[in-house]
Amino acid sequence: MSEHIVSRKVYFVIFAALLVGTVLTVVAANIDFKSEVINTTIALAIAVTKATLVVLYFMHVRYSARIIWVLVASGIFWLAIMMVLTASDYMSRKWASPLVPTVQSAPAETKH
Amino acid sequence: MATHADTAGVHTTPAQHEAAQSALAHHFDNMEQQKAATTLGMWLFLVQEVMFFGGLFLVYAIYRALYPQSWAAGSSHLNWVLGGFNTVVLICSSLTMALAVWAAQAGRPRKTQVLFLVLTAVLGLTFLGVKAFEYADKYQDGLIPFAGWFSPTDPETRELFTTHGATLQNVQMFYWIYFAMTGLHALHMIIGIAIIIPIIWAAWRERYSPEYYAPVELFGLYWHFVDIVWIFLFPLLYLLGAHLAAGH
Repeated sequence: MSEHIVSRKVYFVIFAALLVGTVLTVVAANIDFKSEVINTTIALAIAVTKATLVVLYFMHVRYSARIIWVLVASGIFWLAIMMVLTASDYMSRKWASPLVPTVQSAPAETKH
Repeated sequence: MATHADTAGVHTTPAQHEAAQSALAHHFDNMEQQKAATTLGMWLFLVQEVMFFGGLFLVYAIYRALYPQSWAAGSSHLNWVLGGFNTVVLICSSLTMALAVWAAQAGRPRKTQVLFLVLTAVLGLTFLGVKAFEYADKYQDGLIPFAGWFSPTDPETRELFTTHGATLQNVQMFYWIYFAMTGLHALHMIIGIAIIIPIIWAAWRERYSPEYYAPVELFGLYWHFVDIVWIFLFPLLYLLGAHLAAGH
């Protein structure tokens, strides 16, 4: 059995890293970077880092069989397909407006 | 089947050994094969869960892109201190869960296994308690987003939701998504509590040992996944409007 027992020390280090990440998220969110994009990018970067630590160590993927790696990667990949293709649709609707009759919808709020 | 763990702390009781023997289903050749198959099955379920929650995150992203001001206004009214407290509670529960798996894996006595499992359940219930308090608070403020119900009782809140480009209708959409996402997450927590109780009972009855601890391990995967969902929900829902709060 390719059994790997993760030591308690590793769990405590990851736990500390997750707490630090939470504090960083709160601190970064309270700084006005004058751009929503920067705030969101920082928040998501920290969240992705935290999630990766949980998946690799708490969920033992780092020590798991290849097939588990494939499954996790496929999950992320399919999620990315859903996000990117839908976003590309919404972002490109304005470009097509001279050709496609626009659907009347609630007016979008202006960006700041 | 012996693990090369620190064998000094391992003491498997006859009951634990017997439980491990009877845990092997007839359609598996051995424990190793059974464990690989059940772990794979759990991950398949979790990948499906990623898609399930992913749809809601997508809805969140689209509406946020359409109504950025209303999103910031709605978010800045959420209590980020409670959200942050709950984040810490969930991270602690993930640690205790990981330690519960460790206790079973390393062959620690049932008391140690039960202790970490109970701590996990208690932290989960703490999270749900805070969540219930938050929901009640939103109800008091008239922020339940059903048609006709959404009517902020506090004049300041109403002003926050109707100025700087925000509209009441679009803030209502923010709250609709807030309740849908946190509600679905809370439902997963409730299901988690329901599943951990029989696992605690089995641990107390000495069912888990280094030979067999799959239920603890697989439940741990589920619990950590629910933690990950919250790791994303907290900044996206609670902290979005944080740096704007002073400006309003």
